[in-house]
Amino acid sequence: MRKYKFLEHTADIKFQAFGNSLEEAFISSFDALKEIIVEKNRIKSVKKIKLKVKGNDLKELLYNFLEEVLFLLDAKDFIASEIKNIKIDVKKNLFEADVLGDRVSNYKISNDVKAITYNDMSIKEEKGKFIVQVVVDV
Amino acid sequence: MYKEKLKKISENIWEIPMINGMLVPGRIFFSEKLLNNLEEDALKQIANVARLPGILKYSIGLMDMHVGYGFPIGGVAAFDIEKGIISPGGVGYDINCSIRLLRTNLTLADIGKIGRKELLHSLFRTIPSGVGKGSKLNITYKELDEVLINGAQWAVKKGYGEKEDYIHTEDNGKLPNANPSDVSQRAKQRGIGQLGTLGAGNHFLEIQKVEEIFDEKTAKAFGLKKGMITIMIHCGSRGLGHQVASDYVGLMGKEYGWPEFDRELVNAPIQSELGKKYLSAMACAANFAFANKQMITHWIREDLKHYFSNIKADVVYDVCHNIAKFEKHLINSKEKEILVMRKGATRSFGRGRKEISEDYRDIGQPVIIPGSMGTASYVLVGTKEAEVLTFGSTAHGAGRVESRTSARKNISADKIKKELEKKGIDIEAGSYKGIVEEAPEVYKDIDEVVRVSNEVGIGKLVAKLIPIAVIKG
Repeated sequence: MRKYKFLEHTADIKFQAFGNSLEEAFISSFDALKEIIVEKNRIKSVKKIKLKVKGNDLKELLYNFLEEVLFLLDAKDFIASEIKNIKIDVKKNLFEADVLGDRVSNYKISNDVKAITYNDMSIKEEKGKFIVQVVVDV
Repeated sequence: MYKEKLKKISENIWEIPMINGMLVPGRIFFSEKLLNNLEEDALKQIANVARLPGILKYSIGLMDMHVGYGFPIGGVAAFDIEKGIISPGGVGYDINCSIRLLRTNLTLADIGKIGRKELLHSLFRTIPSGVGKGSKLNITYKELDEVLINGAQWAVKKGYGEKEDYIHTEDNGKLPNANPSDVSQRAKQRGIGQLGTLGAGNHFLEIQKVEEIFDEKTAKAFGLKKGMITIMIHCGSRGLGHQVASDYVGLMGKEYGWPEFDRELVNAPIQSELGKKYLSAMACAANFAFANKQMITHWIREDLKHYFSNIKADVVYDVCHNIAKFEKHLINSKEKEILVMRKGATRSFGRGRKEISEDYRDIGQPVIIPGSMGTASYVLVGTKEAEVLTFGSTAHGAGRVESRTSARKNISADKIKKELEKKGIDIEAGSYKGIVEEAPEVYKDIDEVVRVSNEVGIGKLVAKLIPIAVIKG
């Protein structure tokens, strides 16, 4: 199964990310965001950050998780490479994971993503497959 | 479905009648030619904005309108201060994304002596595009708070430029009522390493030549003449502003709930504590952007001094494109203070307004409209008609028509570079992808955008500037 695909959007970038579970779909959405930021360049996993994110609903949880990736990039000189040990508590809207990555200065950043948006955001389950859709402001 | 309902009011002015819970009609400023690129989704966003409490007169879409999040880009809406709301979506994620124009005492021949490529390389090295932590500075959080309070005036006090620079900036480069304690620590963490950086995306620095003057008297007042080299800087509030927007989207959603028709239109009453806090945080981000451009201005001057010892590069004007401001306008023939949100729109005040710097007050506000990469930019002058028709606003640029994904599929960076070189334009960019995504053909025709502004009278043509060298972040 394809992990994500980019869709047409006039000013910004829109993508859909897929998974056999909500966790997988969240990870796929991270992979899509990563491709926007550094294209296909491989990021080394030399550092680990423990991430805990809360939200008031599932959309906010997704938004806050992806926004954390942008925050780490600007504020912590940290570019994420992969997400491990992901746990999502749907009832409490809690997200936990290990984020691996490297220093930003070691890589060429090709897109400055300004923000994650709620524009056209959706999180759906269809026959056991999960699809999340996100538009990011670039 | 909105497109079919459009009613022509007069040449270049269209109305969306009040349907689906709209409290005011929509007003669209498009020529027949621009109508081909009018997006249904952008019209829907105009209609959604018209449903927000306290909206006054019209929900406005200007010539460069295209789909945004919540509000369209190229949108203007004004709200009653007592009954109205403020929405981060009405300002945008890049708070105070703005344009500054410098006029120089150089001509194309002077540039030719040094070589355009040499000059471009030098500026590219000097001005950090700064994705991630890119700043050349190391400031403390205490200093950052001063930046957030004092904007461009902070930078000038620190030796980056002169008083005349901020006098020729909207609000003297310092939005009032900016309290840094309303900006989250996260936003400050994102911004502190980015002061004095251009940023990527549609942000740029361009060396231009005044190609044509349409209005001699006004051009003279703005210090512009044919053949003069100008420099245009386009940047915003970087990660700090983006985080302020995200933070308050979340806070407003929690406190006042998500609008069911579009989550990005989340809002708070202007008079509420949260509404006031957002406006204060927005002012802080705007001031960060003003300081940002002030420092870049200073570095450009320093850099050019290496080549031209008697260089002068004065600020013509600095205009905001993404902002909300309290302003006085005529509502039912009575002057009233209201909150005007311009998202991808330029203030276009006519002569006499006290907001305009003294030396331009008898003329009108300079309006600076950048073209897309490789196409002309324009200087216009604000008008009284704009104050009547659009709460004193006109377009902010060309407006996208083609998506980034499709641009990447259809356009090659090498080809664009060659085409630009043929036109006599050099380019330096942070990435090839950046060139493709901002290629001239993905934007509306800027010439048509400003022609309509001039014809409707919401911003009159003064001068045309053509690019000779571009740096993209």
